[in-house]
Amino acid sequence: MVFSKEKSKFYDNLTKTIRRHIVKMTNHAGSGHPGGSLSATELMSVLFFEHMNVDPKNPDWQERDCFFLSKGHCTPVFYSVLAEKGFFPVEELMTFRDVDGRLHGHPCGEHIPGVDISSGSLGQGLSVANGVGLTAKLDGSNRRAYCMIGDGELQEGQVWEAAMTSAHYNLDNVCAIIDWNKIQLDDFVENVKGVKNLGDKFRAFGWHVVEIDGHDINAVNEAYKEAKRTKGRPTAILAHTVKGKGVSFMEDTHDWHGLAPNDEQLEIALKELA
Amino acid sequence: MANLEAPRKGFADALIRLGEKHDNLVVLDADCAKSNMTNLYKNRFPDRFFNIGISECDLVGTAAGMAVAGKVPFANAYANFLTGRAFDQMRISVCYSNNNVKIVGHNAGTSAAQEGATHLPLEDISLMRSLPRMTVIVPADAVEMEKAVEAAYYHDGPIYLRVGKLPVPIVTKKEEPFKIGKAIKYREGSDITIISTGIMLDEALKAVGELEKQGISAELLHIHTIKPIDKEAIIASAAKTKHVITVEEHSIIGGLGSAVAEVLSEDQPAKLRRIGTNDRFGVSGKMDELLDLFELRAHRIVSTTNELLGHRVTN
Repeated sequence: MVFSKEKSKFYDNLTKTIRRHIVKMTNHAGSGHPGGSLSATELMSVLFFEHMNVDPKNPDWQERDCFFLSKGHCTPVFYSVLAEKGFFPVEELMTFRDVDGRLHGHPCGEHIPGVDISSGSLGQGLSVANGVGLTAKLDGSNRRAYCMIGDGELQEGQVWEAAMTSAHYNLDNVCAIIDWNKIQLDDFVENVKGVKNLGDKFRAFGWHVVEIDGHDINAVNEAYKEAKRTKGRPTAILAHTVKGKGVSFMEDTHDWHGLAPNDEQLEIALKELA
Repeated sequence: MANLEAPRKGFADALIRLGEKHDNLVVLDADCAKSNMTNLYKNRFPDRFFNIGISECDLVGTAAGMAVAGKVPFANAYANFLTGRAFDQMRISVCYSNNNVKIVGHNAGTSAAQEGATHLPLEDISLMRSLPRMTVIVPADAVEMEKAVEAAYYHDGPIYLRVGKLPVPIVTKKEEPFKIGKAIKYREGSDITIISTGIMLDEALKAVGELEKQGISAELLHIHTIKPIDKEAIIASAAKTKHVITVEEHSIIGGLGSAVAEVLSEDQPAKLRRIGTNDRFGVSGKMDELLDLFELRAHRIVSTTNELLGHRVTN
């Protein structure tokens, strides 16, 4: 089932809005991570607007689904999606990285509504998602745990410790989303320490694997549905994405991993995202 | 002769008692359940026990997730693999996120004995004390351990609890109240303050008796909570005696000795000597042999007292 015309238009608008937030927020702060935020925009938007069972007015509701941004530096997209979903005012996005604000460079679980754990030290999110998955099984609850992981982040050993745990405990309520944008801080992932044959890697660990174009909202939506349908094992969504997607000069380069646009660059980016 | 009991047994007994009352208590281990005696909890509450395998980082992260989902997890592993390897997970997923996780470091101090240097945790307190929001508890024996486990469960926030493996003398009393952050004064004295933590209370009590024979009046504070430390008790005692000795089954760098030094140097300058392991690794040996080797013994407390008070030591 593909999205209706109206829904497609909604997502076209939403993802453009979020991308504009991303470049504006990083420009405001003079720092931050636009590249891996732009690559994850469709994945995060469809997750929060179609699948996550959350209540923005009651963010700590015990039966909620949980989301863990293991690639914690991609706060521009995370905060933007949370604000658009109604967890806090959209205007607050322009306090990103301010010393007197709560929208720190990396997410702080204690202070920001909708952020279920602090992250920013890579590799930790999937273990936490498993903790929610195990608890849900123990309590007989239908709540689910989602975890977004960067492809470079897969170099962290803890990810694979956790991948073993999810499969060992048959955590079909855990879904890992790999934002496979092919680029990490220094260089292309394959030049640093490659993660080739990723599907085989996850399958060998006992996971169900769905491989998609992470910018195709219909494919993204179907992948989340398939994860929900899959019983007895966790699902990894391997999403092929483009780092810096949507802003021509930021696309497919490691230069914009952790660099903010200046005012001129912002103007160009906003034109492209109009 | 005092009764001997393994602190880990007190830990396991208390855990099961709490588990009977509270079904939100879950226990995780990193493949040391038999050694850590968390297998007793597993046998009693199989649904609420999770063996996460030999992966301390994953263990702590999983526990953090269970806390997010509303449980009170006790995450168990050998103390130095847990605190060394999973330090970052405790820092980010537990303490910075303010998750209600109880971290339990087993095989503490010399109780890892013949396993040798790799297994002897002599730096764990130092690491845990440096983490914002972490409360650090080091009980003296199995009886105090039971009270500490109970207090840890009811405390809302991250806790590091240090648990020894091998039997040690029971020196504390069941009826003695236990409050996190509150030192217990075992002896009133005026010449010197001896501050012990963990199983060193036993040696400190012996030293106080020996000093009494020598005409030296020693005050003995037992500090089971190294963080937050009971500043008031330390300051009050040091103001009276002007001389302080700390005794811990841990490195003198970063543990009880450092914590007391911080209090004294800021608020109540006093002459201080720290007894513990001195910037070294352990070796293989029976627990008694290691305590002798590291000189974590009453005679060292006595000789250090004499040296500090400027008494000539004749033998």
